[in-house]
Amino acid sequence: MRIPCPYCGERDAREFSYLGDASVARPATDDAAAYHEYVNLRANPAGPHREFWYHASGCRSWLVVTRDTRTHRIEGAELVR
Amino acid sequence: MKFSALSLLRHALTGNREWTPHWRDAAPKPGYDVVIVGGGGHGLATAYYLAREFGIRNVALLEKGWIGGGNVGRNTTIVRSNYLLPGNIPFYETSLKLWEGLEQALNFNAMVSQRGVLNLYHSDAQRDAYARRGNAMRLEGVDAELLDADAVAKLVPQLDFDNARFPIKGGLLQPRGGTVRHDAVAWGFARAASDLGVDIIQNCEVTAIERDASGRAIAVQTARGRIGAAKIGLAVAGNSSRVAALAGLRLPIESHVLQAFVSEGVKPLIDGVITFGAGHFYVSQSDKGGLVFGGDIDGYNSYAQRGNLPVVEDVCEGGMAILPMIGRLRLLRSWGGIMDMSMDGSPIIDRTPIDGLYLNAGWCYGGFKATPASGLCFAHLIARDTPHPVASAYRLDRFATGAVIDEKGQGAQPNLH
Repeated sequence: MRIPCPYCGERDAREFSYLGDASVARPATDDAAAYHEYVNLRANPAGPHREFWYHASGCRSWLVVTRDTRTHRIEGAELVR
Repeated sequence: MKFSALSLLRHALTGNREWTPHWRDAAPKPGYDVVIVGGGGHGLATAYYLAREFGIRNVALLEKGWIGGGNVGRNTTIVRSNYLLPGNIPFYETSLKLWEGLEQALNFNAMVSQRGVLNLYHSDAQRDAYARRGNAMRLEGVDAELLDADAVAKLVPQLDFDNARFPIKGGLLQPRGGTVRHDAVAWGFARAASDLGVDIIQNCEVTAIERDASGRAIAVQTARGRIGAAKIGLAVAGNSSRVAALAGLRLPIESHVLQAFVSEGVKPLIDGVITFGAGHFYVSQSDKGGLVFGGDIDGYNSYAQRGNLPVVEDVCEGGMAILPMIGRLRLLRSWGGIMDMSMDGSPIIDRTPIDGLYLNAGWCYGGFKATPASGLCFAHLIARDTPHPVASAYRLDRFATGAVIDEKGQGAQPNLH
């Protein structure tokens, strides 16, 4: 699997580490139910999945990578903003 | 038909031409007392125990593919109960005890082979952790022996004891652990459940879960039509999120791929199961002679029943660290299975917020060893609406309440469990 880093170009996936679903958002409130949702619950789709990858052995940027979980095919990667 | 020495002899003398199918390939009826979704090991075991232990025989088991084609046929066949935490030990020990009597109960040879599971340790801290684990096991009546390096060398002399980076200082042995032939587990449960009246329905993917005005789950829509059910149990590990989503549920689960490997066949080399404690590698030898081994999950969400090369390299490095001789072996094949990785690394056997809908999920990569107890406990839950005593910690709401069972101490990071 190769990930197209916006700074470094296409690099082998082993340069990166994975941090899961990028669609979850930290809640603005300190409501326990909202935090449970944020920390634990996932859509876990079979298909396109937006996910965080950290380019540890490269530019050390955080990326949001869109990858198809059925095929490992990567649509693209952008910097986390 | 029961297997016996006489029946085997009779079939041998007639050239094994008169065997009949071992379970009925049933067509769906309009409705059942219980519909189990998922014809893997856990679903089959659940159907079997529903019929045998709880007398509920009007049961359908729906499988989208064929029996034995999912994770029950893709794992590395290891059974053990060397757990540390109170919520886990009694459950996995119940499972191991069921394995010990399974062949007699099912009248099916599952090749249950209690050859021992040995977890190697490489440092004083790891020895202390294993001593603690062994003590926790023995307090619950589970067998455990802490071995020093000499005792391990006597047991498995071919290990690399001169490794400067990860010296083998000893191991924690569970003599009653071992392996079971996974395909036979699926076939044995299918045959026994079918004999008790369970309808095993293959090529029957569930496409919707129907609910009535009060919100209760009352039926499933399938590739073979609508099937009504007083109760619906989901046992679809790997696809739990997708099937639960049909009822509008979000689960504390991600799907990840775990790869496994088989080498070419060699003469008897490894007697039991050996795990490399410093990295993540486990190996046993199949009855055909191939070394069966695996390691970490690939570590990112996946439904692609195949892995990627970095983990192949990592697993082989782990193997080489303890058994350099396997560098001379050719890798025959590798494959991947998709597992539910739960947020704390432990399973879920519980009712869902939807009446009539029950969930068995989140087995991470410990599902095979749990098969009989998972079936027994899930059947208990469905039949009686209360958790089985040994599975009472496997609640769905434990992530919200904080009562998590985090055996590896990795927090809410499913890719690290």
